[in-house]
Parts: sequence; C-alpha cells; structure tokens
Amino acid sequence: MRRERTPAPLLVPAALAVAFLVLPLAGLLVRTPWSQLGTLLTAPGVGQALRLSVVSATLATLVSVVLGVPLAWVLARSRARGRAVLRALVTVPLVLPPVVGGVALFLVLGRQGIVGSWLAETTGITIPFTTAAVVIAETFVAMPFLVISVEGALRGADVRFEDAAATLGADRWTTFRRVTLPLVAPGVAAGAVLCWARALGEFGATITFAGNFPGTTQTMPLAVYLALQRDPQAAIVLSLVLLVVSVATLLLLRDRWLGRGAAA
Amino acid sequence: MTLAAHVVVRRGPLTVDVALDVADGEVLAVLGPNGAGKSTLLRVLAGLLPPDGGRVAVDGRPWDDVDAGVRLPAHRRPLGMVFQDHLLFPHLSVLDNVAFGPRTRGASRAAAREAAAAWLDRVGLADLGARRPGQLSGGQAQRAALARALVGDPALLLLDEPLSALDARTRLAVRAELRRHLAEFGGSTVLVTHDPVDATALADRVLVVEDGAVVQAGTPADVARHPRTDYVARLVGLSLLPGTGEGLAVRLAGGGVVAVAEPAAGPVLVAIRPESVALYPSRPGGSPRNAWPARVAGATPHGSTVRCELDGEVPLLADVTATAFAELGLAPGSPVWAVVKASEVTVYAR
Repeated sequence: MRRERTPAPLLVPAALAVAFLVLPLAGLLVRTPWSQLGTLLTAPGVGQALRLSVVSATLATLVSVVLGVPLAWVLARSRARGRAVLRALVTVPLVLPPVVGGVALFLVLGRQGIVGSWLAETTGITIPFTTAAVVIAETFVAMPFLVISVEGALRGADVRFEDAAATLGADRWTTFRRVTLPLVAPGVAAGAVLCWARALGEFGATITFAGNFPGTTQTMPLAVYLALQRDPQAAIVLSLVLLVVSVATLLLLRDRWLGRGAAA
Repeated sequence: MTLAAHVVVRRGPLTVDVALDVADGEVLAVLGPNGAGKSTLLRVLAGLLPPDGGRVAVDGRPWDDVDAGVRLPAHRRPLGMVFQDHLLFPHLSVLDNVAFGPRTRGASRAAAREAAAAWLDRVGLADLGARRPGQLSGGQAQRAALARALVGDPALLLLDEPLSALDARTRLAVRAELRRHLAEFGGSTVLVTHDPVDATALADRVLVVEDGAVVQAGTPADVARHPRTDYVARLVGLSLLPGTGEGLAVRLAGGGVVAVAEPAAGPVLVAIRPESVALYPSRPGGSPRNAWPARVAGATPHGSTVRCELDGEVPLLADVTATAFAELGLAPGSPVWAVVKASEVTVYAR
C-alpha cells in the first residue's frame, strides 16, 4: 500500500481523539502525589481492596472459562436451532448497563428473589452482600467477553483437524480435549485476559448486588469511588494502581497471546 | 481385509452414486475432475459424512448400511486417512502426531510413542520426531501424515490427493516412497486423485468418476489406452472421437470419416495419439487415406515438441518437433493438412 499524507479533515479529528483519550490518563499521572505514594499505598484498606479485587476477578474468570468455553463451543459448532437467539441472549450483558445487571441479579438471587428465597429456605445461604455476590456480579458482566472471544477462535479454527482426529479414533470429547481446545488456546487465553480485566473494573453490578463492605465486597473500583469523596489523594493512587494493572493486561494480551495467536 | 461399498450421497444438484470393491492389498485409484464427488465418496468411507443410501462393508462387517440403519462412527472405524494438506496437528510434535491414533485407541503413552517412533523410522523421519509440523518441508509432512495413518495397522487406507500439495520434484520422491509403502500394506487402499500419473504409478485399478457416477473402470494401462470420455482422453493426452464403425472406416459423429486398420462396427470410439499426427502445408501426395484440412487453433511447447490444437472437421491434437513447427511457419490460424496412418488409429466399442 502506498503511504500518503493524511488529509487534514482526518488528521485534525484524529489528533483530537488521541488527546481526548490520553490527556485524562496523563492528568492522573501529573496529579499523583508521588512523594506520598508509599504511605497511601500501604494505608489500611488499600491492600485489602486490591486483594479482594484480584481474588474475585480471578474466580470470576475461572467460572467464566469453565462455563463459557463449552457455551462458545455450542454457539460455534452445534447445529441446534435457535442459536442466533441464544447468541443474542448471551451478548445482552455486553451492552446492558451493569447496574441493571445488578438489579436483575438481586431480583433473582436476593433474599426475596425467585431462586434466592428458595436457597435461603432450604440451605440458609443468602448471597447478596457477600464476596460470592461480587464474583457472581463480575461473572455476569465479564463472561460474554470470554464467550465471544472463544467463539471467534472456534469459528476460525480449521474443522478438518477434527475430521483428522476422528479418523485417528478420537471421539468428540477426546477431539475437543486433545485437538480443538489446544488449537483455540490463544483465543481462550485472550478471552480470559479480557474477561479478567473487565471483572477487575466492574462497578455497577457489584455495588448494586454485593454492596460496598470493606473486606468482603469493597473492590478497588468501589474503593476509588468512595475515596474520591473523602480523600481525593487516595482515590488518585488507587486509580493509578488500576491503570497500571490495565496497561499490564494490555501488554500481556498483545505480546503473549494476541501476537502468537495472529502468527499461528 | 476387503472393502465392498455402494455409496449414494446427494449434495445439492450432484448425486454421487458409486459402487466399488477393493481386495486385500489392492490399491484402487478414484480419478476424476474437481467436483466429481471423489472426496465426498472418501468422506463417506471414512465415516465423516453419512450416506443417503447404500452400504459400506469391510471384511464383511457393515460400517454403513442405510437400509438396516447401521452406522459406525468415524472414530470406531479401523482406518487410516491421509489428507491433501496433511493436517498434522500443529500443537503436537511430529512424534505425538503419529502416536495420537494409538493413544486414542487405548495404547499406553510409552507403547504409542514406541510404535510412532518405529513408523517415523520407516518413513525416514526418525530424527525429526521432536519437531513441530510447521518445521517440516512439504514432503516430510506428507511422510509424517502417512506414518500417522498407517501406524495402527488399519484395515482400510484412504488417501485424499496425497501428493497434490507438493512441488514437482518432491512429488516424484514422495510418490516413489508411497508406492513402496502401499506395496507393503496388507489392507485395502482407496486413493483419490485428479492426476493420471499418480493413478498409474500407485494403483492396481482405476475408477474414473465424473458427475458422481463411474464412467470407466479398469487397469491404469487400459484406461490410458482406451479412454471413454473426453475428460480421460484429455488427461492422457489423446484425441477422442466418437463415431460409427462401417468396416474399415469410422463415420465420425462430428462429421468426416477415419480409415482404420481393423474392421469396426456399431458405435465406437476412435483414439489418436498426438505424436502419430503429421502436419503438412498442403495435401500430401501418395493419397494417404486419413488426410484432413485443419487450422491451428493453439500451440504450446512441450519439451522439444510443440503440441498443436487443430480445429476442423476432425479436431485433433498433434505433436510436431519444434524444428518442424518453425519450418512449416505455423502460427495460430495457419491452415494445415493433418495426416494419420490407419494403423496408428485405435478403435474400440463405445
């Protein structure tokens, strides 16, 4: 392709877009109280929130992989009718405002909810306002990212490898385990990273369904929001931590998996 | 280990309806143009595609029987298959690719690897077992694919265009090795190809399939000498002319008469080899019995000869030496006389 000078009507808006996306982050770095960084980071509550965030996002990702990869397979490979409807349903959480997701989860799993009341009666377990609720809210919001990513990888994978496996005596389950899954592993990894990043930043569904209790349900984004009202300096530092984690995720995604996936 | 099959598959406008029998140790080549249904046939035999009708049995055991409702899934069929672009699993080493079949069929990891290593040795890849398929050349990958297909000692070996992805020189070497392995293989082999050279070099019998149906069957030599359709004639480089035998002459369906050396009667096919056609600038003397005016429609160099496509009442292919081509001053559109000795004309019943 011939490289030409970018026309001004494209160049100016493009430059504005870059500024719009980059300046706030630069502002965050500029306003960071670097000298107090150590004290603010070691303040009680910060480590707790970070640990809770990482643990719940990781659990949400694990649940998403265990349930989402089979769902992606069904969407990509099964010939069942109503697959288009199923795919639309699965992707609704992608576009749904997370707070609506939180309300919906509350209505189903809350103490008075359809499933929740039955669960409370039979086992005495109540889900809302627990760490489990955080994981459920994050899974609800983040799993579609994994499903879409893995489904795309499955569609892109050459199904003739599965034919070859069948002629070598592998039934469909063995073929899935030993051929299909390794072939789409880069897609699963990329989906898991996306899913994890989305779960880490989850706010709306979490605060609605799980509440904001330090130590059990207060994740980093919730802590940032709360800190901004009390102690803006602390909010900046917490935001910086999330920014670093996000950028690290992006780098991991690009170099380790997307790069290899694109090359394969 | 014999294969007896009658396969009926409907795929859109094409209906594949082919019957075939392959004995122990026999290699059957299914030859045909693209879209003739060759690969469809092979997929049915492999169990990858359910047939719409017919029966597939190996050693008397039914693998598919549509009427009886029998269908053995692909992974339960003791067969080996080599695909056109080898389809070695990219995430496994070459050794593990070959060990894949024994593993899924219940061998221990050690036994599977041992069997795989033995086969890699047989195909000359003993040193390359640790490599990934992506690090192999085309010929090496196809050898590994053959080892993977043969390692379990299958009853049936299916080869789907096994040489077509290789360059000319590699193809020659791999073809020779494949021939050796096929000779040692005790089961039945079905080879799908569109290359008559592969069919001739590798197969004991050839089945020519066009538009889903068998149009000719026989030994490779027989098919090459007596093509029954234009497709086969073009493949083996013969001019094929349908006509009606009238003693020592054949009246061609497209017009014109060919004199022949042996009496013929009824509907026949006339085959003329390009090298037995001589070209002259004007009608030659001595009144040869087969001399037709024609026009050069196209010319392509073939080594030291030039193959001329002749347009006229009797359309023919003619091979002339490059020197003669130049001396005659031939070019597309040139008028020529084509002459063929009656003894050089092959006639057989249609």
